[in-house]
Amino acid sequence: MSDLISVVEWSRWQFALTAMYHWLFVPLTLGLSVIVAIMETLAYRSGSEQLGKLTRFWTKIFAVNFVCGVATGIILEFEFGTNWSNYSWFVGDIFGAPLAIEGLFAFFLESTFVVVMVLGRDRVGKKFHLTSTWLTAIGAMISALWILVANAWMQYPVGMTFNPDTMRNEMTSFWEVALSPVAMNKLLHAVTSSWALGGVFVVGVSCYMMRRRRQTAFALPAVKIGSWVGLAGLLITFMSGHSSAVDVSRTQPMKLAAMEGLWHGGNSTELVAVGLLNPEKQFDNDADPYIFKIGLPGALSWMARGDFNAYIPGIYDIIDGHDEIDGKPVNTVSYEERMARGAAARRALANYSATHSEADLEALRADYPYFGYGYYDNPAELIPPVAMTFYAFHLMVILGGYLMAFFVVALLLAYRADRWLQTLWASWIGMLSIVAAWCCSQAGWVCAEVGRQPWVIQDILPTRAAISALSASSVQLTFWLFAAVFTLLLFAEITILFTKVNTEK
Amino acid sequence: MFLQNYWWFLISVLAAALVFMLFVQGGQSMLLGVRREGDRSMIVNALGRKWELTFTTLVVFGGAFFASFPLFYSTSFGGAYWLWMLILFSFVVQAFSYEFRRKRGNLYGVRVYDFLLFLNGIFGCFLLGVAVATMIFGAEFTIDRQNILDPANPVISTWANPSNGLEALANPKCLLLGLVVLLLARIEGAMFLLENTAGDATLRRRLTRQVLVNSVLFVPLFLVFLALLLMAPAYVADADGTIHLVANGYLNNFVDMWWAALALIVGVILVLTAIVGVVIRPKFDHAMLLIGAGTILVIMSLFWVMGYNSTSYYPSLADMQSSLTLANSSSSPFTLEAMAYASLIIPVVAAYIAYVWRRMTSRPVTPDDRDY
Repeated sequence: MSDLISVVEWSRWQFALTAMYHWLFVPLTLGLSVIVAIMETLAYRSGSEQLGKLTRFWTKIFAVNFVCGVATGIILEFEFGTNWSNYSWFVGDIFGAPLAIEGLFAFFLESTFVVVMVLGRDRVGKKFHLTSTWLTAIGAMISALWILVANAWMQYPVGMTFNPDTMRNEMTSFWEVALSPVAMNKLLHAVTSSWALGGVFVVGVSCYMMRRRRQTAFALPAVKIGSWVGLAGLLITFMSGHSSAVDVSRTQPMKLAAMEGLWHGGNSTELVAVGLLNPEKQFDNDADPYIFKIGLPGALSWMARGDFNAYIPGIYDIIDGHDEIDGKPVNTVSYEERMARGAAARRALANYSATHSEADLEALRADYPYFGYGYYDNPAELIPPVAMTFYAFHLMVILGGYLMAFFVVALLLAYRADRWLQTLWASWIGMLSIVAAWCCSQAGWVCAEVGRQPWVIQDILPTRAAISALSASSVQLTFWLFAAVFTLLLFAEITILFTKVNTEK
Repeated sequence: MFLQNYWWFLISVLAAALVFMLFVQGGQSMLLGVRREGDRSMIVNALGRKWELTFTTLVVFGGAFFASFPLFYSTSFGGAYWLWMLILFSFVVQAFSYEFRRKRGNLYGVRVYDFLLFLNGIFGCFLLGVAVATMIFGAEFTIDRQNILDPANPVISTWANPSNGLEALANPKCLLLGLVVLLLARIEGAMFLLENTAGDATLRRRLTRQVLVNSVLFVPLFLVFLALLLMAPAYVADADGTIHLVANGYLNNFVDMWWAALALIVGVILVLTAIVGVVIRPKFDHAMLLIGAGTILVIMSLFWVMGYNSTSYYPSLADMQSSLTLANSSSSPFTLEAMAYASLIIPVVAAYIAYVWRRMTSRPVTPDDRDY
């Protein structure tokens, strides 16, 4: 059993490591592909040599980053099989489809046309080249669509039913899976926040080039394009972020409570703007959850339910099965009952496997929505890591707010006082803001996925039942191999990019 | 069931396309032997225009297998962990090597990246061949769906050999197929470079010799593999799904499915024609087309006899009844059908790939093409 837990932990670390490395490159690819496509469109329409040169420069930066995304991406697809074997069978009937569609509809589009985009300038006409650049950007977005459909389904499983004869979940509605509202919000949120990240990257690097290399004529148009794309992206990110929070409050209330460190719910709940959690606070003690906090009164109620007075359940309320709608208490299912019904579902399934009787099947169907809870006997195990979820969420929101100010100021300066952008200050702020954008983006994923724990499939499959039967040492070894290879790759990428920026004529 | 057969057909198409596209790896495996800098640059630049297509084919092959036969995905990938991890690592290092190799500031220098391309060239092909061989000659795993009910030991597919996939490297039959795939990829790679680089007479002679030398090894080894396949017993499911051993099962399948035998024979003839053509006629320029079509036919026919006719395409040596067949390992009819509609896009994808391929190879790569 202890080796089982160890395998689970190492498998999680490995997936987190590879996914986070992948997500260094992917948002930049998503953002830069759109920015380069806009640059090339402007260059094509104006015939400006200056813009053409700018497009070629950023295409090269894009290409270096693109392959890093490809190199780190292949592993994620296969990791579902290698490290999450049970997962692959238990939900593969639903989860495999978006992955296959991603390959068929998006990867071939990207990999075919990126070659034209990067290498085809002297082999194809300008129009065909421009089309290829846009097709690459669109391919990247379609790719994101299907990955987020798959991810959203883990958070909010829909369109499926459990088949006790095959011992797995099977799809009953493709469109319910593909068009899940959770997926659509996630898609908007992830893609447009990536435009913002791409925007910060372009603005930061351009400020650096203006200061260090005195290339204002070359870099200033990039500041403008990057800021506009970034600002537009960030505005949509904020809106979709709000919709996502509403989704989470409905579909994963425990995650919302963890995001806010909210142990005891109530009416007119405040949104903690900045806070420090008390590490002493555990499920079974009464310690004050916060050491310090600044809250916005009623804001969490408004954010989640659109009403400053609305009731928001805390962790204890959710475990007790208590919620209120329009001031009236409603009883949801308490965790005690969920665990009992999960255990009942497991027993019914075991019986059904032996008897194939209708009665067992009906008992199974009645309790299946809580199937995953049957793996637990202590509600404390069903609370996600509160601190990590809380800090990740707050880091994301604070940095997102900062980036909004960054774009507004960058735009004002670019149009009114570009000499300010050429200062050493602008250069430093620009470069550090790139780091901030990456932290913001990563924090968003940490919040979404750590806040989902202990589930891989919400309420249905616990993370610890989703693994492969491997020794912990095997997974440990591949973890370190990936850490080494990806880190060496990242160093090389960074120095290549710096050299490119420093030597561009 | 029609949908399971349809999806196995698509898997066979993707596997065949992948083996054909391994010409990129085959070309990489010859990279270190090329001493003249200009030649090496031409080779890398010619292959560099195609590597992403091979890579994507591998990814889509994986995704399609996951969506259509998830029990294979969970059993083989989670069990033969090290074999697949080595394959994946070899492709991971390939992905950035082309883009990084000649870039200033790449930290490790062009020789390291070329060495990584070489490693991917050798091991990518060889290990994929080994992995496919286990789908014929068997692997050691058990499947018990009831395990999911046991919180302390929940995994359904378990591997019965502690080497987690590396044991296949001790099986001569698996090594044989690995070698056969590598040699075929090298022949294809040399042919691709003959057609797509503007090399001088020395380079052309070198590449032609590569075709000859590799073919001299490939043809007999392939025939040995074919003989082993035809003599091998197959695990076959009867009407209620019980699996039993059938002597010469694959031979029976070729007899039962004459079209698979026909595809195999035509494919072999096409491959041989391409080889002979290149070796005897210096200006032979249909080699890629012929060997490509031939390889695709041969690999498809192999996958057909591996999976059709109720044959187990992943025999378990640890527990015969755990062996995977199309019927016991596929996705639900609903998912297979939904995915079948999605698969209708394949001709569109193939069409734009072919169009871009032609545009981008309209003239051979010269020493002046220095993108990579």
